[in-house]
Amino acid sequence: MGRKGIARVNRIEAVNDFVVKFANVNGSGSASANELFAKSFLRMGIPVSPRNIFPSNIQGLPTWYEVRVTEAGWLGRRGGVDLMVAMNPQTWDQDLKEIEAGGYIFWDCTKTLPKSKFRDDVHAVSVPLTEMANEAYTDSRERQLLKNIIYVGALASLLGIEPGVIAELIGEQYKGKEKLLKPNLNAFQMGYRYAEECLKDAIGLRVKRSYNVGDRIFIDGNSAAALGCVYGGATVCAWYPITPSSSVAEAFTHYCSRLRVDKATGTNKFAIVQAEDELASMGIVVGAGWNGARAFTATSGPGVSLMTEFLGLAYFAEIPVTLINVQRGGPSTGMPTRTQQADVLACAYASHGDTKHVLLFPEDPTECFEHAAAALDLADRLQTPVFVMTDLDIGMNQRLCQPLKWDDSRVYDRGKVMSADELEAGKTFGRYLDVDGDGIPWRTLPGTHPSKGAYFTRGTTRNAYAIYSEAGPDYVYNVQRLLKKFETAKKLVPQPVLTPSKSPARFGCIYYGSTSPSMHEALAALAGKGIHVNALRVRAFPFADEIADFVQSHAKVFVIEQNRDAQLKTLLVNEAGINPANLISVLHYDGTPITARFIVKEVSEIVSALNVRPIKKDKAA
Amino acid sequence: MTYITKPRLHHPTLPKNKVGFTRRDYEGKVSTLCAGCGHDSISAALIQAFWELDIQPHRVAKLSGIGCSSKTPDYFLGNSHGFNTVHGRMPSVLTGANLANRDLTYIGVSGDGDSASIGLGQFAHVMRRGVNMAYILENNGVYGLTKGQFSATADAGSKSKRGVANTDSAIDTVSLALLMGATFVARSFSGDKAQLVPLVKAAIAHPGAAFIDVISPCVAFNNHSGSTKSYDYVREHNEVVNKLDFWPSREAITVDYLEGSVIEVAQHDGSLLKLRKIEESYDPRDRVGAMTAIATAAMKGEVLTGLLYLDPEAEDLHGHLGTYAQAFNTLGEKALCPGSAVLDKINAGLR
Repeated sequence: MGRKGIARVNRIEAVNDFVVKFANVNGSGSASANELFAKSFLRMGIPVSPRNIFPSNIQGLPTWYEVRVTEAGWLGRRGGVDLMVAMNPQTWDQDLKEIEAGGYIFWDCTKTLPKSKFRDDVHAVSVPLTEMANEAYTDSRERQLLKNIIYVGALASLLGIEPGVIAELIGEQYKGKEKLLKPNLNAFQMGYRYAEECLKDAIGLRVKRSYNVGDRIFIDGNSAAALGCVYGGATVCAWYPITPSSSVAEAFTHYCSRLRVDKATGTNKFAIVQAEDELASMGIVVGAGWNGARAFTATSGPGVSLMTEFLGLAYFAEIPVTLINVQRGGPSTGMPTRTQQADVLACAYASHGDTKHVLLFPEDPTECFEHAAAALDLADRLQTPVFVMTDLDIGMNQRLCQPLKWDDSRVYDRGKVMSADELEAGKTFGRYLDVDGDGIPWRTLPGTHPSKGAYFTRGTTRNAYAIYSEAGPDYVYNVQRLLKKFETAKKLVPQPVLTPSKSPARFGCIYYGSTSPSMHEALAALAGKGIHVNALRVRAFPFADEIADFVQSHAKVFVIEQNRDAQLKTLLVNEAGINPANLISVLHYDGTPITARFIVKEVSEIVSALNVRPIKKDKAA
Repeated sequence: MTYITKPRLHHPTLPKNKVGFTRRDYEGKVSTLCAGCGHDSISAALIQAFWELDIQPHRVAKLSGIGCSSKTPDYFLGNSHGFNTVHGRMPSVLTGANLANRDLTYIGVSGDGDSASIGLGQFAHVMRRGVNMAYILENNGVYGLTKGQFSATADAGSKSKRGVANTDSAIDTVSLALLMGATFVARSFSGDKAQLVPLVKAAIAHPGAAFIDVISPCVAFNNHSGSTKSYDYVREHNEVVNKLDFWPSREAITVDYLEGSVIEVAQHDGSLLKLRKIEESYDPRDRVGAMTAIATAAMKGEVLTGLLYLDPEAEDLHGHLGTYAQAFNTLGEKALCPGSAVLDKINAGLR
């Protein structure tokens, strides 16, 4: 028998606005059940924002799935838990601690637990899940998997999720696999009926059908980035497995197998190579880019470190390269399964000597799609490495975001590639010659013309005609032209996005990437407290001139980021000529995604301190 | 000697190959390597091979790493695009270039410093993958460009110019290539052009990763007594297992062969290799036999040369990956972009 909620006093009561966290054992099949749970809210028109919190292991260690149900559509992590679904005895104590006072713990009461394991201010709700699963099923794997579905059923009843919605989702998931469909539906109904009969009104959290999802899609950033590479015309992908970027290449493989196979011959308009390491991965991308095919790799911080020598070569020899960096906690092996905006400087300045690289900062999966495709264009146009800087929070969690769009009239920008005809007609060709004033030279592809246009590509210094030269003026011309090229990039990269406050604001905020959803929530909360802030989202490096103007026009500007050393702030000071005295860092870097609560707390405290007017001192001697 | 320019005049009746080029059209700049360097002989053999194969010079892409050997692509095929990559990493760059355009001929030049130390991993994996290339390793047992340090192919016990003995075991790149599943493995000697040219031709024509380890004495740092990679040592310890004649097609054969003395191997593209046995028991179609013979000879200080292994059924990386027949670098949005209607369907599946 389940235990009913003890008292109606001090219960968290909320409709369409709460956080449910699942504590599971990694590898127990809970991921699929939990995703089913999250999607059911979407089908009821209620925005959700789920996040995986998983350990660096395959099986047996704890894993959590945190679902924020949010009518208002705030997709950042909220912080705090209202309902803990405690399926992992190993983490019970820490899970219990995390629940807000007045919240709920849902547990499997097949085995009893002493009173000391509970809190007076947390309501315990239980279902004898293991007992029910063991009664209904005989196979141990089936018991484990379907136990998860039983709890989804119980939760559906407790929270008021429409059972029809879940039935529909299960039907879609097991379409064509009738053998699995029936047991899953049965398990769901078992849990649902139990809660209906024994746990009526045990939990004060509810959902009600709403209309706030619209036509948005639910996709993870890595899949979206991969799709962007397909649409953007990448034919070569070389990669090495690393958390959290492996799923980019895996998704690319999946999409290519469906979208890039020539129907007539069954042959592949793509080549995906899992290389022996990240060095080889980048080498393959460099070789392909040199030879005129769009190529990319996906990696994380440690991989970027390994690729650094090649990045310097690609920068100096001017070869198109696209690198998707799904950032994770650094430095070194760091926190492989935690998020951080850890590599901004390492990527901006990758490799020895004077280098500067183009960075794109997508905020969500939709922008991952757009920026991946844009990167392939930019790499070709600028003849240089382009980094798509996402992170684990965007990459490995499903996010509600705008549907992906593609303009069918869009043509790939292949950049300045001189053709055989142009060479034959006598057009002047110097591989490193600036003819158009934008710093970008023309290149030729191997195999183009029998006697014109061939040259040697090297990482060494050269004159404008690719002839080796150690002459000072030749070197200076070359590296100055690279700076000019970078200046040209300013107008080509995604421009910043301004969110002006509704009232005049003394202060500004600069933010980027996965900080975005929490930033928007924080802006609303701050406005509610009478703190008005204009917000500017940086979407690329090199920085648009308007960023420096933005800082100039505010008393102070907060730079909000998820790393210890304020890397974007450093880059702004170095590269946009901004006075550091005008910038105040707000830094969150413990590996969890930044929350609006954190931003609001930090910003309000600093604003209060700044707004305090010092008492006038007596004009003494 | 870059101040010496090549004479523009040449003999008016230089023979032309089938695609209308003379041998001069396959040359590059004047070499700046030491006089007598083995690598220059290899470059000459490459020029000869490409000319004889009737390959248009600009349809070759030549890649190298870093080192004396890696400088040589400047000295042949002046009208081909070249790429001096970074130390030990030529194989990955060549792989990417090959994937981008399957229609060019790819030659990778490297040295023992470049391939057997920092590049050991990429060498091994490019052999495993079967990238369609001719991999020429110019092997002199030292790092020439940085003035004579031992490389990983230097034999244990061999002495440097100053008399210091190498105490590390040597890496035999030929044995390693065989172990990695390479489908064409040969060893030659820069001083034997008659042996080297047919091997290079066969390697270029081979539809897979073709590897030739060419012992190429370094006159500056490793040609003295005590070296096992000097001209003298190699000449005295060279055990030739076979003599290769390469014929681009059956119709090209112009020599009579003694029955029973020849192993005949046909490749996919119609080219034919005729191997005249010198070592009677040596069969280059037997991988394990080849490995045993090489290891046995090495224990005696002998160096086996010739075509050591060939898999006539080889398939290259494009074959393994089932890639489209048209080169990737010619495909545009029409061929590659699935379009908005497909994207709408994908969106629908994500709701």
